[in-house]
Amino acid sequence: MTAKINLRAVSKAFPARGGRESVLALDGLELDIGAGEFTVVVGPSGCGKSTLLDLLGGLDRPTSGEILLDGAPVTGPGLDRGIVFQQYALLPWRTAAGNVEFGLEATGTPRRERAALAREHLELVGLGGFEDRHPHELSGGMRQRVAIARSLAYDPGVLLMDEPFAALDAQTRESLQDELLRIWERTGKTIVFITHGIDEAVYLGGRVAVLTSRPGRIKDVVPVELGEARAAHADLRSSPEFALHRRQVWQLLHEEVDRAQELEREAVAR
Amino acid sequence: MTIVLEKPAPARSGPGAPPPHDDTPARGARALRALGRLSRLTLTRSVVVLALFALWELAPRWELADRTFLPPFTEVAAAWWELALDGRLWENTEASLVRSGLGFGLAVLCAVPLGLLIGWYRPLADLLNPLLELFRNTAALALLPVFILLLGIGETSKVAIVLFACTWPILLNTVSAVRTVDPTLIRLARSMDLSAPRLLQKVVLPAALPTVFTGIRLAGGTAILVLVAAEMVGAKAGLGFLINSSQYNFAIPQMYAGIITISALGLLLNQLLLWAERRLTSWRPQPRG
Repeated sequence: MTAKINLRAVSKAFPARGGRESVLALDGLELDIGAGEFTVVVGPSGCGKSTLLDLLGGLDRPTSGEILLDGAPVTGPGLDRGIVFQQYALLPWRTAAGNVEFGLEATGTPRRERAALAREHLELVGLGGFEDRHPHELSGGMRQRVAIARSLAYDPGVLLMDEPFAALDAQTRESLQDELLRIWERTGKTIVFITHGIDEAVYLGGRVAVLTSRPGRIKDVVPVELGEARAAHADLRSSPEFALHRRQVWQLLHEEVDRAQELEREAVAR
Repeated sequence: MTIVLEKPAPARSGPGAPPPHDDTPARGARALRALGRLSRLTLTRSVVVLALFALWELAPRWELADRTFLPPFTEVAAAWWELALDGRLWENTEASLVRSGLGFGLAVLCAVPLGLLIGWYRPLADLLNPLLELFRNTAALALLPVFILLLGIGETSKVAIVLFACTWPILLNTVSAVRTVDPTLIRLARSMDLSAPRLLQKVVLPAALPTVFTGIRLAGGTAILVLVAAEMVGAKAGLGFLINSSQYNFAIPQMYAGIITISALGLLLNQLLLWAERRLTSWRPQPRG
């Protein structure tokens, strides 16, 4: 498996309030992500998960270290990566198809092709027939499907997902997780998926990278091997294999959550 | 208001023919109910205005008000009709429309792009904000003498004062609209590596449009208000001139006719802008019919 993304000692510091000293959000991250791999990054709240995604997306630059994409350093945003945001980020004045076409316009795809690609990708996410609906006419789950279709349509090699299902109810979330796995298998994208949910991480991930609380470091990377279990169990989440992995990630995360809460209490008390 | 009046289904063509729709009676009843709703709505919306006209008619007749200074509504309507027939009404309305249209149109063309830029480039906003606040809080009409001194009493000064007065509400609303665009949408556009002009055109402008339109509607009211005042000071035509000169010549019904025309014009303009706003922001969920 060739590496698609390499994180080399990536650190990110932000100027603190008052500007006297800076706060370290990410500290020396080292991670290699293979092409076509589904990697989940899980960590306690405030551990810099979203900062990491901004760095991968090129919306922000690391303070030190570097991120390589296909061997070349990331210097800014680009259409070789697509971001799916937690808040959907749909343009409310555009229809579902119009939103999917938004990314295609950025790549300079001809108009007729855009319409065809938009229809094709809405179909892929199970929204065939909803092309002309505006976001306010769609449910939360459908909106996120449109956002996923938008990110897939302009065919980036990497899909960056920032807690995309966090705002959805449990049933919708589970069905979208299945959908995402199906799409991943079909399209072979490299996916970096950020979440704070352990179940979600184990269910989706080929590998789960656990971050420490602030400053975020990679505590451990847990390979998830549920290949056989996925086929054997209709309800994977209640299988013993799933429980095993879940426990493993939970133990890693557990101490960090406690520490994060301790830090938060200190910050408020000060 | 979006009430669709359905035509009642045609009656059966023959004794043996099946009804064209099974639910003919239901459709008919629905159409009737819609008609009833529409007429009730029209009644609620016009009853107060009609009452005002009635009061206007009766107060002078019952000698509650001096007939010389407040002629009954019917006399005013007659005077209006006379003015309309001899062409003076149109002549003056046209003069006012051209001036306010020009000033208002130029204000929209200047203030919207300027507001987008100022809202987008923060340093520019910080630099210009004190100036904007100063002008916004200066009553435009207080500057009317300055405009006349600098630009004369011709058309230029009148168009200029309308342009000046209309600029501020549009500019300030556009600036704040740009500032409040959903930051996630900006992040999305940035993640797709959109250039700044494209980002303004494809994300910021459409997102800002509803708030921009609030400013434009405010400016529409201002345009008429300022223009009429300007026309009262020095003009040879225009509705403000018509009102003022009628008062000087003691043609009181004509004066009221001018006033009515102005309020009708204001209403019309507002309706027009509302309609344009709905057309341009039709993607928004309509709060009520």
